[in-house]
Amino acid sequence: MKNICGLFFAGLIIAVIYSCSSDSNSATTDALADPMKNRGIGPVSSVSTGTLDHTLAATGKSIFESKCTACHKIEVKHVGPALNGVTERRTPEWIMNMILNPTEMTQKDPIAKDLLATYMAPMANQNLTQDEARAVLEFFRSNDNN
Amino acid sequence: MKPISIIKVPFNVGIFGILFALGAFTGCNNNGSKHETILGGGDVASEVYVAPGKYDDFYLFASGGFSGQVGVYGLPSGRLFRVIPVFSQNAENGWGYSEETKPMLQTSHGFIPWGDSHHPVLSKTDGNANGKWLFINENNTPRIARINLKTFNTDEIIEIPNSGGNHPSPYCTENTEYLVAGTRFSVPIENKDVPISSYKENFKGAISLVKVDPESGKMSVAVQIICPPFDYDKNRAGKGVSRDWTFFTCYNSEQANTMLEATASQNDKDFILAVNWKKAEEYLNAGKAKDFKVNYYHNYMDESKQTAFSEIMTSVKTLEPKDCPGMLYYMPCPKSPHGVDVNPTGEYIAAGGKLAALIPVYSYDKMIKAISGQQFDGEIEGIPVLKYDAVIAGEVQKPGLGPLHTEFDDKGYGYTSFFLTSEIVKWKIGTWEVVDRIPTYYSIGHLCIPGGDSKNPYGKYVIALNKITKDRYLPTGPEVCQSAQLIDITGEKMKLLLDFPTIGEPHYAQACPASLLTGNATKIYKLEENNHPYAVKNEKEGRVERKGNEVHIYMTMIRSHFAPDNIEGVKVGDVVYCHVTNLEQDWDVPHGFAIKGANNAELLIMPGETRTLKWEPKEAGVVPFYCSDFCSALHQEMQGYIRVSDKNSNVPVSFRLGE
Repeated sequence: MKNICGLFFAGLIIAVIYSCSSDSNSATTDALADPMKNRGIGPVSSVSTGTLDHTLAATGKSIFESKCTACHKIEVKHVGPALNGVTERRTPEWIMNMILNPTEMTQKDPIAKDLLATYMAPMANQNLTQDEARAVLEFFRSNDNN
Repeated sequence: MKPISIIKVPFNVGIFGILFALGAFTGCNNNGSKHETILGGGDVASEVYVAPGKYDDFYLFASGGFSGQVGVYGLPSGRLFRVIPVFSQNAENGWGYSEETKPMLQTSHGFIPWGDSHHPVLSKTDGNANGKWLFINENNTPRIARINLKTFNTDEIIEIPNSGGNHPSPYCTENTEYLVAGTRFSVPIENKDVPISSYKENFKGAISLVKVDPESGKMSVAVQIICPPFDYDKNRAGKGVSRDWTFFTCYNSEQANTMLEATASQNDKDFILAVNWKKAEEYLNAGKAKDFKVNYYHNYMDESKQTAFSEIMTSVKTLEPKDCPGMLYYMPCPKSPHGVDVNPTGEYIAAGGKLAALIPVYSYDKMIKAISGQQFDGEIEGIPVLKYDAVIAGEVQKPGLGPLHTEFDDKGYGYTSFFLTSEIVKWKIGTWEVVDRIPTYYSIGHLCIPGGDSKNPYGKYVIALNKITKDRYLPTGPEVCQSAQLIDITGEKMKLLLDFPTIGEPHYAQACPASLLTGNATKIYKLEENNHPYAVKNEKEGRVERKGNEVHIYMTMIRSHFAPDNIEGVKVGDVVYCHVTNLEQDWDVPHGFAIKGANNAELLIMPGETRTLKWEPKEAGVVPFYCSDFCSALHQEMQGYIRVSDKNSNVPVSFRLGE
């Protein structure tokens, strides 16, 4: 009885693993191939970024300084990656989702998973509102002249 | 708790799982009939089983008794979630050690590191738990604490003056208008140096009404009624029809002051003191109360400043029974009364007599009629004594020995604990007949039905809160664990489901549906709302300042470093205050702060919170500090150094991070 059960369980588990891994493999390949197509996972599905809003960027700078600088510097790698040029390597949606939804991102998003594996420190959820995350994005844009 | 359903898992796994499970049971069923009993005789295991990751149905708040704290458990699992520090210092998180929390344990006798917590009571609206606060009394140095049920932290502690042994407390009225306090040990009022043998002449028993602000929950001693020097023991407020009243038991009507075990058990009957708190309020508002000079402490946590403050109160209002007709009545109660409990409608008041062999149940309606008909049996110091026969509704005959406490279900039954015969007895309101009984292991004190003191009990379980466990658990030396027992009361016969160990002594407990609290739980303290005077909101503000021989270290913590983490310029003889702010803004990311050789405690700091540890370095050298609460993969790297120099050294104050 136990052997038969064991076989079925093993089969089931293998099937599950196979289907999961094949899905995530293809997703990984696509997303890593062109990060500027990856919007990440989270509450933000689309962001319109028009002309740079300097007031919003200034707000974002002060939020960044109070909530983010313990781990991120602009110019150099600190606990987390340097953020110079981040708007050139990531979509606005991905940036905001990484700020707002870091736990799920570092579990499921291929780029975020790679970052966790590289830095070995979890991206902290600092409980920013969506508006605050948008302001931080604007600060990154202003920093990148983007 | 619903029984777990195997059917709910996917079909294939379910069938094979069942076969597999049957195989497994068959495989290990050779050594006795245990499994047969569990599987065949009603699956009690599944009735208390809460699957991994699933929530319990009820919160149980159990007093820690002589631990001075409150334990938070889940029902039906009996799992302990948290110990809320209340009256005792708690080195584990710095309660009563950190500069912010030390004021909470101040009293008119100075700082007191320990308390004896007895009766947790949930705040109520219209006679039902409202999920705002939990109150608990301290027996030894009379106090009442208020716990915030959003944060599960103690937010306020008020001292009760003119009292010795605050036992009949805090028991709130129907809408939490008042809490009560009483004195188990009558004392001289005002307290002074008199012969103990002058008890009858010099001692008094103060009954206090403690006002609760409906919005903030803040407590204040509204009035003290100066009663005859009996031992005021237990209380329960009326509800529904009896909502304006609150009932105290008292023993030692003999007014003995030595060998009470024998001398205070002479009279066949002691009393229940019925207090019309509405009348007391009227007399108070009419200016009948006197100002009595006495110092007592009121300590409260300022949520915005995250810091506790103490204020010293210097006077209290007092009322004399003889000046206040209609406010107090004594009802005779047999054999060293203890518990007094009011049924859900408020009509019946059941008492327990520690040496009694019956349960007297009083009728509120009869009490009111007896008062208006002046059916008195004399009076004591201006307090009329009502005739026993005029107020009694019925007696539960031969229930057991030593009835203590009664809680009620939603089907018209009372459940009374019996200390001497170690059992719970179920009886019917109205017929007063015993319908069921179940042994407890051992020597039950209080018992708890979720909502069992409210207008709407959840008559699913009764929890036995036992005084002795003896042989129930693996032995752990002379001191063995304390325990509670979960008993199903949904059927005709009570059914024991689970024994579970508790912290301290589970003196009394109250329970409420989990859904009343889960939606309100605070997860983090928002940094924007942290107005602690020594908070630093970002790493750039981290610094060290010297003021004479005081050194203030303003430090931040986030996974996984302190800022600053290298500090120099501290000298032997300095008093160092480490003000540490946790910059995290995510749930369940506290950090710890521990300094080698600190003579007080560590700090456990919640996200967005600031806490301060006072440290007085005694010798020159380098002292490491670190995070004691595992926070990330690089938790072990979360560390720093403080250089301590000789008293006369010239090392300047400096601080660094990552340079």
